[in-house]
Amino acid sequence: MKPGRLKQILLLTDGCSNHGEDPIAVAALARNQGVTVNVIGVLDDRQNGRPQGLEEVESIAEAGGGVSQIVYQKSLSQTVQMVTRQAMNQTIQGFVNKELTEILGKDQTIEELPPEQRGEVVEVVEELGESCDLDVLVLVDTSASMHHKLPTVKEALFDLSLSLNARSGSNQFSVYAFPDPKKTIKKMVDWTPELGEIHGIFSKLNSGGYTPTGPALKEALYTFAGKPLFERLRDGEDPYEETGF
Amino acid sequence: MKKRAFNLTPGSQVIGKWNGHKYMIIKELGFGACGTVFLCRTLQGDTYALKMGEDSSRMMLEVNMLKKFGKVQGVKLGPSFVDVDDWVDQKGGAHPFYVMEYIDGISLSSFIKGKTNEWIGICAIQLLTDLEKLHECGYVFGDLKTDNLLVSSSRIRWIDVGGVTASGRAIKEYTEFYDRGYWGMGMRRSEPTYDLFAVTMIMMEMAYPAKFEKGSSPLKTLESKLASSSQLKPYRQFIQSCWKGRYKSAQAMKAGLTDILLKRQEGSSRLQKRRDGRRGEEMELAALSIFAAAVFGSAVVSFWL
Ligand SMILES: Nc1ncnc2c1ncn2[C@@H]1O[C@H](COP(=O)(O)OP(=O)(O)OP(=O)(O)O)[C@@H](O)[C@H]1O
Repeated sequence: MKPGRLKQILLLTDGCSNHGEDPIAVAALARNQGVTVNVIGVLDDRQNGRPQGLEEVESIAEAGGGVSQIVYQKSLSQTVQMVTRQAMNQTIQGFVNKELTEILGKDQTIEELPPEQRGEVVEVVEELGESCDLDVLVLVDTSASMHHKLPTVKEALFDLSLSLNARSGSNQFSVYAFPDPKKTIKKMVDWTPELGEIHGIFSKLNSGGYTPTGPALKEALYTFAGKPLFERLRDGEDPYEETGF
Repeated sequence: MKKRAFNLTPGSQVIGKWNGHKYMIIKELGFGACGTVFLCRTLQGDTYALKMGEDSSRMMLEVNMLKKFGKVQGVKLGPSFVDVDDWVDQKGGAHPFYVMEYIDGISLSSFIKGKTNEWIGICAIQLLTDLEKLHECGYVFGDLKTDNLLVSSSRIRWIDVGGVTASGRAIKEYTEFYDRGYWGMGMRRSEPTYDLFAVTMIMMEMAYPAKFEKGSSPLKTLESKLASSSQLKPYRQFIQSCWKGRYKSAQAMKAGLTDILLKRQEGSSRLQKRRDGRRGEEMELAALSIFAAAVFGSAVVSFWL
């Protein structure tokens, strides 16, 4: 098995979508296209209890085949890297399970193997998690209530690249913000292996009172498809092909 | 945190689906992000720790590590491995579990409470001794923190080997306070120096049990916390040397610490000998206690003031 390239969208938000198409449907679509959607709901450190509308966070990630977490600002860094890692493992496991079914017959998953073999399979999953290539498109909700959380977001993104770049597989990150009046989402950082030099990325932002999470996700998905233009030429790869190994 | 998907109370019996071994639950010992640990007894009357969780992959990785490090060169690094299996509950749901040695100990923080500050050094030496062995095997502990340690008969033992990572890979699990990446002191890659930094943070924690955050300039925060602790005074230079990257291996760092602890004890070669010959845990414990007694009762006392 040769590790392939995993594709993820990481959505950071603090509220419920209230504009445009259903983000859960878009996430399901993304999953179909081989792009995993992870969602982190960012709470205010001073906030008490769970605000309304954050159930959507879980539903979007579930539909997108990814992982979700609702956290306070101060645990954001650790959560961002954990969620990304977990989702990678989940994707790889899903793939390994598919292979197992092909080899061993219907419904044979890792969980159903005897412990001995299970032990060997998880080592393979670990190995792939270390060596596969990864693309993460970070989609940041920059609506008014998120503004004062953006410095923490920036720090968490730097921290994410610190964690992932210690792997032997290569990483590409890009950062988009929404809402943007013209293009729905706004490119803040183009594909790059490092998120170290992202000073002032969130300095010039417009924010309306609306949160078009669905349209933003869809736009992100298009961006993903368009991303490997040169890569597509290089590998002759269909951008919408499911992640394979 | 997710709600636990199984209900095990004292007296419940867990029977393995594959191996058929039976365990009687005695009580719950604790729970973490990925499972609950119980004290249990076999039909033969042996007591063990049994961990039950939901994430079977993660549980398996822990088992793989326990199998590997239950015993390395005659030295126990983690709890020894006993059994791995699935338990099927009344409703037909399968829950992965594994059984390991029960470590009857107390947390490092309760152990250190009320003890003199040379114990900070002694605990660190013990950690470094085990790390040296682990590093020799080509692995790094990763998520080294007080939560993953127990003190049993004055000896530090590791209980959670879930973060152990082969050298050269990315650290897969960490806790910010002990993570050099968080403090801006290096990569999150598994290499021996990653664990060495965590050892200094465990020493810091012994002086600051409530821990502290990095603030706007992490290095300054660390330096000032180190400078303002009287308990850490004897170790100040040593810890700084580690932060400056002077120690490349657990062995070198242990030597540095040994020098501090043995200062002015001319002619004492006990620890030196111990390092060369492998005589097992008892010898080490004996050496450490004799040494501690010496520090306590002699003129060296003045050094600690
Ligand atoms: N072998 C053991 N002997 C005695 N007590 C144990 C043993 N293993 C675990 N425990 C107890 O159970 C608690 C939880 O165990 P452990 O840390 O392994 O859980 P976890 O789910 O891996 O937690 P996390 O991953 O969040 O650190 C420990 O804090 C400890 O008190």
